[in-house]
Amino acid sequence: MTLIDRRVVDRAARRHRWDTRFAPYGYVAPYFLIFGVFGLFPLLYTIWVSLQERNLLDENAAHLVWLDNYTLLLADPYFWNAMGNTMSLWLLTTVPQILFALGIAALLNRKVRTRTLFRMGVILPNITSVAAVTIIFAQLFGRDFGLVNWVLELFGAGQIDWQAGTATSHVAIAVMVVWRWTGYHALIFLASMQAISPSLYEAATLDGASGWQQFWRITVPLLRPQIIFTTIIATTGNMRLLAEPLLFNPGAAAATGGSDRQFQTAALYLYEQGFTKYDFGYSSAIAVVLAIATIIVAGLGYLVTKRIQTE
Amino acid sequence: MTAVLERPAPVRPTGPAGKARRLARRVAGPWTYAALIAVLAGSAFPVYWSFVVSSQTPDAIDSVPPVLVPGGHLFENIARVFDTTDFALAMMNSIIVSSTVTVSVVLFSTLAGFAFAKMKFRGRNVLLLLIIATQAIPTELGIIPLYMMMSEFGWAGEIHAVIVPGLVTAFGVFFMRQYFERAIPDELLEAGRMDGCHSLRLFWHVALPAARPAAAVLGLFTFMQAWNDFFWPLVVLVPENPTVQTALSTLASGYTTDYTLVLTAATIGTVPVLAVFLLFGRQIVGGIMSGAVKG
Repeated sequence: MTLIDRRVVDRAARRHRWDTRFAPYGYVAPYFLIFGVFGLFPLLYTIWVSLQERNLLDENAAHLVWLDNYTLLLADPYFWNAMGNTMSLWLLTTVPQILFALGIAALLNRKVRTRTLFRMGVILPNITSVAAVTIIFAQLFGRDFGLVNWVLELFGAGQIDWQAGTATSHVAIAVMVVWRWTGYHALIFLASMQAISPSLYEAATLDGASGWQQFWRITVPLLRPQIIFTTIIATTGNMRLLAEPLLFNPGAAAATGGSDRQFQTAALYLYEQGFTKYDFGYSSAIAVVLAIATIIVAGLGYLVTKRIQTE
Repeated sequence: MTAVLERPAPVRPTGPAGKARRLARRVAGPWTYAALIAVLAGSAFPVYWSFVVSSQTPDAIDSVPPVLVPGGHLFENIARVFDTTDFALAMMNSIIVSSTVTVSVVLFSTLAGFAFAKMKFRGRNVLLLLIIATQAIPTELGIIPLYMMMSEFGWAGEIHAVIVPGLVTAFGVFFMRQYFERAIPDELLEAGRMDGCHSLRLFWHVALPAARPAAAVLGLFTFMQAWNDFFWPLVVLVPENPTVQTALSTLASGYTTDYTLVLTAATIGTVPVLAVFLLFGRQIVGGIMSGAVKG
């Protein structure tokens, strides 16, 4: 081997070593750089801001107050009202979402003609914009000329002022959320249902189990991982509903979620404090408490769905 | 990706086991179709109804019984939307935001996904775990400091304040990594390395072409998500420089009681994602069913 050759080989080897050792960091760097600055840092900095009295309108007066925001928050009836509404909406959205999704998935799991059409149909609500759809639903749930009331009247029910009551407004908002997410979860369930071995159903049928029994004793237990996953994903989404309550009653006082705050969620209260009153310290404290509450509720959801029995 | 979960060709076995097999994945009867059609109608109805109102005169929205068929005033109403509000600017902003974010997310996710799936480096597992963990955390909870940063940079009210935080997503990286793991055999890359190929060339000539189907699905999802994004644009933008979603919010919050106008705007704002959906619905369904997407 001549000298020149060796030099070429050395250089190639060095380049190769550099390539395998350092290049990967270059490839993942853009993600971590941007996420670090605009994702992770704000998330952690929220905790620091929550320990301050800090208002956008008077940034220079910002000072550390330690846990004062939290003490105020825990004694704030509006906050507890918002947390109550959040929990109520969580229950009214998460449970029907999962039950309906299981039912729709079971329907789609049969031999259906034009299955692509039906699958696209169930996912359609998920791709539409939450702002547009909430505005549309707010009209459908209108008191005087809303289509929902018109249909109810056909069945002899009186006119309902959906936005006025706590229960009715929660039901209306829950309908929007369930409408939006059920099909998406149904497709996740469907994918797993198709992976279940037909021999399990064969054996059950030979044992005389009905379709209903098979669904609850075979299908649902085998979908346990997906049900757990869906419960957690749905919980993190449903605990921070904002667009629906904000646009259900749009207008100057939209951030209060109804005249009596009857459908103000915690996320909406965060928005009200942060971006109509610019009380950043207090708003950040709401964010921190909401994050903790979400983790607890997701944990509860996990404990409940984990108990689904596998035969 | 779209080929996942294709069913095998139907078999018609005989005997009791055959009966069971046929029952196992039952052929849909009339009731199944009735139920599915009801679900389909329920899914499509709000969007359809919004379109109906957009094509009627303003008094149609108050009429009893409600009007349920399209009329001939669609273009008139659309013209009214563009005359009374700066909806053209909103559309332009949304197009710029969504396409920039889509290109960036696909590019950076593919690059990082490739490194995570096919290259060995110290700290790889820890970094990957970090990405998975951040997927579960709602980053909106950092919205106050993010807003403070944007005002500090002087970006508040400008669309780059919406674009920049969206340039990468944890989901995108994880999604592409999963795809590379399955789709590209190590031997192929090894052969390239033996030939002295730099990893960037391997990425460009081997990995990227192979990743096209997954990158397309990721692009579709990213575009739709960016187009529909509401909370952060609402917070950081001003009504004079909106995206479609914040323009809708402003329009609905105004003192106008002209709901035909509002719903026409909602319809216009839905058209781009609807078009993407109708063109690529099959891929989108395939993407969700491969367990790919999270909300």
